[in-house]
Amino acid sequence: MNQERFDFSLAIGGAAGQGIATPGNILARIFSRRGLWLNAYNAYQSIVRGGHIFLTMRVCNERVYTHGDSLDLLVCLNQDTMDRHLELISSGGCVIFDSDKITPGKEATGVQLCPIPIKDLSNKSKSKVIQNTIALGVINYLLGIEFNILENALTQQFSRKGNDIVEVNISAALAGFNFAKENFKSYQQTLPAGEKPLALWTGNEAMAMGGAAAGVKFYSAYPMSPSTGVLHWMAKNARELDIMVRQAEDEIAVANMVIGAAHVGSRAMCATSGGGFALMTEAIGAAAMMEIPTVFINVQRAGPSTGVPTKTEQGDLWQVLGASQGDFERLIIAPTDALDSFRTIPELFNLCDQYQCPGIVISDLLIAEGTFTTNPEEINLQPEINRGEIITNGKPNNEYLRYKITESGISPRALPGLEGHVHVVATDEHDQDGVLISDEYTNPHKRRRMVEKRAKKLSNIKDEIAPPILEGSVDAEVTLIGWGSTNGAIKEAIEQLSQKGISANHLQIRWIVPFHATEITEIIEKANRTILIENNYSGQFHRYLRSETSVKIDGHIRKYDGEPFMPHHIVDSVVEQLADKTTLSVPFQEIMV
Amino acid sequence: MDGIDTRQLVFEPQKANDYKGKVDPDWCPGCGDFGVLNSLRKACLDLGLKPHEILTVSGIGCSSNFPGFFNSYGMHTLHGRALAVATGAKMANHELNVFVTGGDGDGYGIGGNHFTHTARRNVDLTYIVMDNEIYGLTTGQLSPTSSLNMKTKSSPHGSVEFPFNPITSAIMNGATFVARGFSSDTKHLSMLMKQAIEHKGFSLISVFSPCITFNHDNDVAFFKPRIKKLEDHNHDTSDWKSACEKAMLWGDTIYSGLFLQVKDRPALHEAEPILKKGGAISSRPLGLTDGQSKTIIDRMM
Repeated sequence: MNQERFDFSLAIGGAAGQGIATPGNILARIFSRRGLWLNAYNAYQSIVRGGHIFLTMRVCNERVYTHGDSLDLLVCLNQDTMDRHLELISSGGCVIFDSDKITPGKEATGVQLCPIPIKDLSNKSKSKVIQNTIALGVINYLLGIEFNILENALTQQFSRKGNDIVEVNISAALAGFNFAKENFKSYQQTLPAGEKPLALWTGNEAMAMGGAAAGVKFYSAYPMSPSTGVLHWMAKNARELDIMVRQAEDEIAVANMVIGAAHVGSRAMCATSGGGFALMTEAIGAAAMMEIPTVFINVQRAGPSTGVPTKTEQGDLWQVLGASQGDFERLIIAPTDALDSFRTIPELFNLCDQYQCPGIVISDLLIAEGTFTTNPEEINLQPEINRGEIITNGKPNNEYLRYKITESGISPRALPGLEGHVHVVATDEHDQDGVLISDEYTNPHKRRRMVEKRAKKLSNIKDEIAPPILEGSVDAEVTLIGWGSTNGAIKEAIEQLSQKGISANHLQIRWIVPFHATEITEIIEKANRTILIENNYSGQFHRYLRSETSVKIDGHIRKYDGEPFMPHHIVDSVVEQLADKTTLSVPFQEIMV
Repeated sequence: MDGIDTRQLVFEPQKANDYKGKVDPDWCPGCGDFGVLNSLRKACLDLGLKPHEILTVSGIGCSSNFPGFFNSYGMHTLHGRALAVATGAKMANHELNVFVTGGDGDGYGIGGNHFTHTARRNVDLTYIVMDNEIYGLTTGQLSPTSSLNMKTKSSPHGSVEFPFNPITSAIMNGATFVARGFSSDTKHLSMLMKQAIEHKGFSLISVFSPCITFNHDNDVAFFKPRIKKLEDHNHDTSDWKSACEKAMLWGDTIYSGLFLQVKDRPALHEAEPILKKGGAISSRPLGLTDGQSKTIIDRMM
């Protein structure tokens, strides 16, 4: 790209109920349609009215992986936002607020305060959210965006509500635009345009779309933040895409319904967060014992227990590793961003179907609820579908053994309804024909044979899955290791470190089970210095890594305040560790949300 | 079929024994559950159901071993979860006849939440509960239907809890077919089962199926003189108030038979928009069409 880099972050703060989502969506659409990359993070609370909501949106003419480190524009919808965040705006930045209701604090040198007389500009509109539209007009002017672009976006946003509402909003936005033109100085850089429009999604939507692409026909859920976005997308698109969506009485029912639907041949999936996942765990073992392919998603939030329902954490790794009693086979994957979340679902379904086992996706609030742009050409909604060995020809076969011992350990499935293959699947230990071993006597030889049969299925699965790779120069000064959603923050931290003259490379782990212990050990043993980054207190991944590899890690960066890593948190921590000041850094969260 | 003579393999049930499973029941000799099993085999024979078109789902407990003793596709799932699994299976393939079998602890205790909601949703299942008012497989503890003052290993001084009434509960939760049977009267029970299987919607048959080993309070001798058939007493099966009144009786008269049937409420699969056309979702093609893919992408732009 020959263009000058444009990297701009804005934040809108207010109380729940003040309608932050709407201007946020309108701006996101304007940016993505212009071909600009976007990364938005909404800090909110488990409250429907009141509290403090803070939407941070970073827009750039190159790919961005986090919501950034600094703010260029602050929109205060209430006094609280002004009081909390004015100090985040440094020279060159602007602060927009309603001068009728909000008293500005002392701004830093070079900051442009933009007081808006909302009452005068609202053109007698009684709508409590009209200030949002006026602010959009101001932002539009400050960023040098042509007014007709905002006009189109408003028309699209409000057309469902009728022409009057569209007109009121356009005139309010124009009033804001004109007022800004007369009173404020626009930013030096105007909003550039990218090559072509980009697609907009959240990580939850990406996982739901991944399910649709994978051929999910049965989706069941009990609402739970931050996973509910998957349910919403599925419910909204169910009829058009021929997907059955069932909201169940609890997560126990959710998981068991998924098992029932999967057993009769549907691809079936569900999503929840840690608390709901706890209720699903017995069913995960049941799916493994009955060898029914199923996909369970855990979108982590800060725990334990009810914890902090609207905040992020990577605290459920051991919960997922230990989900369900007994010693059994399952797959666990931690997607690293929204696009990866999308691709993970069909990939996991193909493996679960082939190996007839449950699969678990461990995501978290940061990537599940964040809003991101992606290149639409990267979204393959028609991926390969591999359903594994299923008998469909219907030739009656009284010799059929559902759990037949085979070379691979995989026994071809016959689905209920198929003539001449009648059998029982059981959560009790059973023999090849499905008959419970306790119906005979608890035959230890049969028990051993069946344990080994199930284990054998997954013994070679590692060969089918690409091992993690080291990104960057092999002889870098420091190797930063992460898993799942920390990918973006680590990537940008490495760019910032290189500007400081520190060379770092990057190992991001995606597959938890199977775990590529040999390849990971090789990378870590060759590293000059390793630092492991996790969004939790106790270093859950570190303990897992040690249990699987015995490698030694030199230092750790951990954050457990509910907010995600910002790149500079990692940069500052790496710098202090390279100076041998500590081996455990816990970055300070500056933004109080 | 490919020139192979499959006549020997194609199943045409001729007698109730054709519905026998791969193994014989491991229940105690004299257990009420034998009567329930025989009644269901007879009902299936009379209705001409083919084993491969039936899915029998159970939880855990003595009576939940049922699917192993019955010739149909079976799922022997987790304790208390049979109705949830069965709901998923029925909704994903509504062409199957789905039976759910289990006990009072499994269905009314640990699975109580699913009992409430499966009834409310009117999922087209035939739910047969073998109610022995005791936990048998764990060697005799209180169950949700154990009588007040009943002495068990977990209530050596007598239970102080009022028992659960499955019939009134099912009616209050919106079940559209609610019946009570008695395992010693297999002819009557089999008749109820046939009606339940043919009913479109959630049907409950709560069967007194005495435990010969651990419940000496509510045995065959207790029930036999008390049980009166509703059909012999001019009961109106569309009258839910009268049904509840009769279901509450627990003295010299204990009613069996069909308490309530609601015929005008659609079963869940009939109400589900996705199933209005196109057959079972489990047999529909997977993946998205070009048109669907394009719509999804367009909406993201």
